[in-house]
Amino acid sequence: MVMSLNHYLILGAVLFTIGIFGIFLNRRNVIIIMMSIELILLAVNINFVAFSRFTGNIDGQIITFFVLAVAAAEAAIGLAILVAFFRNRATIDVEEIDSMKG
Amino acid sequence: MAEELLDIHLTLMMPEILVAVMAMVLLLLSAWTHRGGTGVVHWLTILTIGAVILVLQAGEGAAATFAGQFVIDDFARYMKILMCLGMIFPIIMSLDYFRGHAMDGGEYHVVALFALLGGMIMVSSGGFLILYLGVELMSLSFYVLAAWRRDDVQSGEAGLKYFILGSVASGLLLYGISMIYGVTGAVSFREVAAFMGSPAGHANQLLSLGVVMILAGMGFKVAAVPFHMWAPDVYQGAPTPVTVFMSVMPKVASIAVLLRILMEVFVVQHAQWVPIVQLFAVLSMGVGAFAGLVQTNIKRLLAYSSISHVGYMFIGLVTNTQAGVQGVLVYLTIYLVMTMGAFGIILSFDRQGLGEKISDYQGLAHKQPLMAFVMAMFMFSMAGIPPLAGFIGKLNIFMAAVKADMVPLAVAGVLFSAIGAYYYLRVVKVMYFDLPEGSFKVSVSGGGFLIVTLSLFLTFLWGILPGDLLAWTGAGVMVFHH
Repeated sequence: MVMSLNHYLILGAVLFTIGIFGIFLNRRNVIIIMMSIELILLAVNINFVAFSRFTGNIDGQIITFFVLAVAAAEAAIGLAILVAFFRNRATIDVEEIDSMKG
Repeated sequence: MAEELLDIHLTLMMPEILVAVMAMVLLLLSAWTHRGGTGVVHWLTILTIGAVILVLQAGEGAAATFAGQFVIDDFARYMKILMCLGMIFPIIMSLDYFRGHAMDGGEYHVVALFALLGGMIMVSSGGFLILYLGVELMSLSFYVLAAWRRDDVQSGEAGLKYFILGSVASGLLLYGISMIYGVTGAVSFREVAAFMGSPAGHANQLLSLGVVMILAGMGFKVAAVPFHMWAPDVYQGAPTPVTVFMSVMPKVASIAVLLRILMEVFVVQHAQWVPIVQLFAVLSMGVGAFAGLVQTNIKRLLAYSSISHVGYMFIGLVTNTQAGVQGVLVYLTIYLVMTMGAFGIILSFDRQGLGEKISDYQGLAHKQPLMAFVMAMFMFSMAGIPPLAGFIGKLNIFMAAVKADMVPLAVAGVLFSAIGAYYYLRVVKVMYFDLPEGSFKVSVSGGGFLIVTLSLFLTFLWGILPGDLLAWTGAGVMVFHH
């Protein structure tokens, strides 16, 4: 089977959707939310690389490197905030993050 | 291409370079001096921003560098000056707060400078990659700032919520960018705009998807309804100086970006984005007005207030005219002044160890009439009551909407501002007509006094004589010529 651009775009869209659902349907653990965020960024990377490959324009692959670097920084900051949160509350359950309402 | 690579003019980036270098110098300084260094870092930060504002003021003309990826013009300069003020005012006001809440490591200023740098890069971006990097630098800094009080449960929670929803927003933005890159094969605004103007760009489904997702991502960043759910929690949980900072600076940066991409890049997609932004505007005004009615926390109240202010600014955005853009710039400037003033008073309550409940303000007029009067003026101005500046802001926006044949939108704006006026007036009622509980004396810090006085002066001045403000913003508007 020959892989066309559409196959990659569908893969990207599926990963993106799984990421979004993972964030909004998940009621258990914040770590899963972080994994979902990574999934969203990886879906975007697949799009960029596929577009770059099929249009012959190199920009998309350069952008991918930037996105990877930013994703690493984002994960580091997210985990740091999560650790600070865990020290105060001794939980990372999504349902427990509810001290403010209104 | 080789010639384009050599197109680097660092002098055009002087303000950004200054902020970046000083942020790193101050980081080292605060690491070496440990606790005692806050004073030095504090004043050096203020000096740095002062210098940046002077450099920005001296600049003139429009230019681009890094092969068109970095753009500087009157519009960008005006927005950057607003952002510098939006960053420095809270810092001047909150030296006491930092000392009182063990936030005096000096690193706070460093992270704030990085956030400012991100915002400045956003405003000057000439391409989607630079835009994304600016957005991320700003957002990542704000996640950290929101969670700054590590011992405080609500602060940590605010940081976590902001991080999760902000990351989703970045993901949406980036997915939109990937769609636009895929269709146009370019990421610089100039090339994308050129492609969209060509026949191939008309009615392309993927392009429309990209435009919608970029709008959603930026909508998150300005807390426009339906992407506002993070704002009240984050405003409430974050340390108050951070709340002041994030209620102005990121909004200036994001609205500047929206103005630039909607009016210069997505010109052809006009028919697609106008209904969406109209929807954002009406929903933001509505939710801001109604949800604010039931709040008991003053920071939460101002969060809903800022959501409705964004709604009004979006009206200026959809008119797609120079008058509308000028309305947005005027509104942003007035919003900055009102917000700084109101938060100056709130910060002085925090100095006395008082909470953030609206009931803490009970009977303030009986004990400290002057302070109650000042707070009342800021509330009246936010409600849009003449002759204060807030009225001029709304008037400009509504007039632009009427001129652009968007009368229903202007009518909706007037109605919602009448509803929203109720909760501002409720604060005034609590201060003037309720009897005081307990005895306390609230005093403003030196820096707080300076900012509150300046804000009050400008609120009156621009309410009565808006000529200067209109002249300043007029120069920035000329960038958008159609």
